Amino acid sequence: MKRHIEFKDTQREIHYFRLRLALSLGFVLLLLLILLARFVYLQVMQQSHYQTLAENNRISIVPIAPSRGLILDRNGVILAHNYSAYTLEITLNKVADLKATIDELAKLIDIQPGDRKRFKRLLADNRKFESLPIRNRLTDDEVARFSAQRYRFPGVEIKARLFREYPYHEQISHLVGYIGRINEGEAAQLEEDEMAANYRGSDYIGKTGIERSYEGELHGKTEVLAFVSKPGYDPNLFIDGIDEQSWNELNNSPDVPLNNRALRGQYSPGSTIKPFMALAGLHYNKRAPSYTISDPGYFSLPGSRHRYRDWKKEGHGSVDLFKSIVVSCDTYYYGLATELGIDNIYSLFSEFGFGKKTGIDMEGEVSGLMPSPEWKQKRYKQRWYAGDTVSVGIGQGYNLVTPLQLAYATATLANDGVAYRPHLLKEVQISRTNEKRTLATTPESNLNLNSEHLALVKSAMVAVTQPGGTAAKAGADAPYTFAGKTGTAQVIGIKQGEKYIESKIQERHRDHAWFMAFAPSDQPKIALAVLVENGGHGSSTAAPIARKVLDYFLLGKMPQPLLIEDDAEGVEHD
Amino acid sequence: MDCGQHAASLSYAAAVPVYLLGLVLLIAVAFFGEITNGARRWLNIGVTTIQPSELMRIAVPLMMAWYFEKHEAILTLKNYFIATLLLLLPVALIARQPDLGTAILIAASGFYVLFLAGISWRVILTFLIISMASMPLAWSTLHDYQRHRIMMLLDPAQDALGRGYHTIQAIIAVGSGGVVGKGYLSGTQSHLDFLPERTTDFIFAVYSEEFGLLGNLVLLSLYLFVIMRGFVITAHASTYFTRLMAGSITLTFFTYAFVNMGMVSGILPVVGVPLPLISYGGTSMVILLLGFGILMSIHTARN
Repeated sequence: MKRHIEFKDTQREIHYFRLRLALSLGFVLLLLLILLARFVYLQVMQQSHYQTLAENNRISIVPIAPSRGLILDRNGVILAHNYSAYTLEITLNKVADLKATIDELAKLIDIQPGDRKRFKRLLADNRKFESLPIRNRLTDDEVARFSAQRYRFPGVEIKARLFREYPYHEQISHLVGYIGRINEGEAAQLEEDEMAANYRGSDYIGKTGIERSYEGELHGKTEVLAFVSKPGYDPNLFIDGIDEQSWNELNNSPDVPLNNRALRGQYSPGSTIKPFMALAGLHYNKRAPSYTISDPGYFSLPGSRHRYRDWKKEGHGSVDLFKSIVVSCDTYYYGLATELGIDNIYSLFSEFGFGKKTGIDMEGEVSGLMPSPEWKQKRYKQRWYAGDTVSVGIGQGYNLVTPLQLAYATATLANDGVAYRPHLLKEVQISRTNEKRTLATTPESNLNLNSEHLALVKSAMVAVTQPGGTAAKAGADAPYTFAGKTGTAQVIGIKQGEKYIESKIQERHRDHAWFMAFAPSDQPKIALAVLVENGGHGSSTAAPIARKVLDYFLLGKMPQPLLIEDDAEGVEHD
Repeated sequence: MDCGQHAASLSYAAAVPVYLLGLVLLIAVAFFGEITNGARRWLNIGVTTIQPSELMRIAVPLMMAWYFEKHEAILTLKNYFIATLLLLLPVALIARQPDLGTAILIAASGFYVLFLAGISWRVILTFLIISMASMPLAWSTLHDYQRHRIMMLLDPAQDALGRGYHTIQAIIAVGSGGVVGKGYLSGTQSHLDFLPERTTDFIFAVYSEEFGLLGNLVLLSLYLFVIMRGFVITAHASTYFTRLMAGSITLTFFTYAFVNMGMVSGILPVVGVPLPLISYGGTSMVILLLGFGILMSIHTARN
């Protein structure tokens, strides 16, 4: 490799150097051409592809949670509304060490064990890239504290979210219901109904009550328009998922607050069925209005020594149809039921909606029970005895009704046999257009009852609330006339010859008190059924409540706190 | 002797002291340097911190050109070998920091000196073959992040949110610019923060997105113009030293531009190389202009 260069041969040396320089220039030009080719490839041939990618970077579709519709009552009082609050949310796949992150957050923000538990449960149900709340409803202080430290928590964000709130807490929880996080089953259902796209932006769905039955209307647009079950629960507890302790308290309470009694409670109707029995007697020509019995205080089936006792031991004396309702004579109806037979009773009562769902716009309604020989055969593998019919006649047999069913039947009676389907919704208002959609009210059926029969039964029911009737006290001084009927549903059976003494019986085993009513009696505007569990007599506990409801509805009188007299001896009884 | 000649001879005189100073500083960095981002590149000298590898960008070709000038009369294989050692010593120190980008570029500037000084093709070929053969060995000495960068060059999509993110977003910016670009200050990639390092190493992506292929052509032409001018100066340089120096400065300038644009457009791995005269950054600009100063003094000192 030794190369001798003549000392003076600079010309050759320069030539040699320039050759290398020229090669370098060629190298430079070649590489620049490669670069240029690359630019042409990217910017001309692939331009639209990269344009799309850049647009995808720039534009991302963020689903916006729709503002859930408000629920108002008919007077515009808000029953469910939304408010905005901050949540602290964690996106799992952006966080390296979840536990450490939460521990660190807990130093800034109050995070309870319950919050952690709830978060863990959410984690199990959701995907890693979703942002899940660790704390809801941050205070302004907490928001400020976190914001200052935010850089320390990649993957943790504060988000403004709309929350649902139920201002009336437990008072109307069964009616309004509540919303909760969409669970797997509901997600699958939405997917199936091709509704999933509508829920991209929100995590909540109606779980019970109006929130559930009008999910379609409430989700993202509208507003809805009594019905009470007590004790209730605070629906606000359920929105974020209820904690274990509160759930146990609610679920194990002997008062069963989670049960929507109006819709799902099944009780013996007791004497409240007497007006319907009376109608049946007239309808099937088994009783004339003038037909009178002499009540010895009990009834016995022909050829039997078993005594079906009247609630009034000494009997009511001479009783016709009118009086049988006013004083609630059991003996009259023992005989009437026997003569009518279970088939006739079943037939007319079914038309009044007993034993069937009313079809109200709310999930979870139960159908009650209207017994028939076929039903008994199927259920108990026993034939129907004449005694069964006797018990059904005063509403203490196999028959079970829900308060809603009784209210429905009362309304049908008040409407002279024209039945309307009950509904909670009055109208739907589209907030964007303010367009109102009122629910159509068309009669469901007409029972075609004789108007004279109806007038007689109704007048007897009016007399119930007047001096001499079983609910005279509740009807006292009413500026309107109203029709009613008390009832008592037995909780435990009383042996033959024993006396029912309320004070000696545990509250839990006391009778349930009923009162059904409609008013004003000539032009009915409202029909209702009130049930007080273990309330004893309908006259002393249920009827006063009904009176207050009527006063409020017809007169706009706000109810005073109710004082129920605990008159164990019960001057009035049914 | 005019001013330019003076500067040219000054740089000749400064070559050895500057090189030795740089070497000492590099060794000092290896022992006392401050660690930032996992690399030991900076030296705290009390008043400020300095990055000696930047100094070596000019000191290494200076030293090599000085050495060849010194032994101009008879260049033997031994001379090339010694010159290579002068090159490899700082390069190895810098690669160890680790700062692969600077090390490669300094190696390139030294190689240009060797090449222009007339190192034989046989040596170049032998070197190429040896380096090819030693690739697996070299691979094993690379740091994980360096390997990643090379892997990302081959397939940036395999880690689109991690290591490949820079490259992918840069390519999207360039490609979406199209022929005429999105317009000045209208680049979505750059102004919406999808591009990392958009004022420094990745500024070409911003430029390319906003001015498109036509803008790129203008920029390439301008670079080519500077390079051609450098070649002309090199060709007319009066001494062996100035010829080697001018050639190395010109080719290094080109290399910076090419490597930067190549990396942004996805044909080269991501190495921290600024786009000459455009990227924000004081030190590299100072060194670059120092090079142009030497180039201009060589021009004034020509025959």
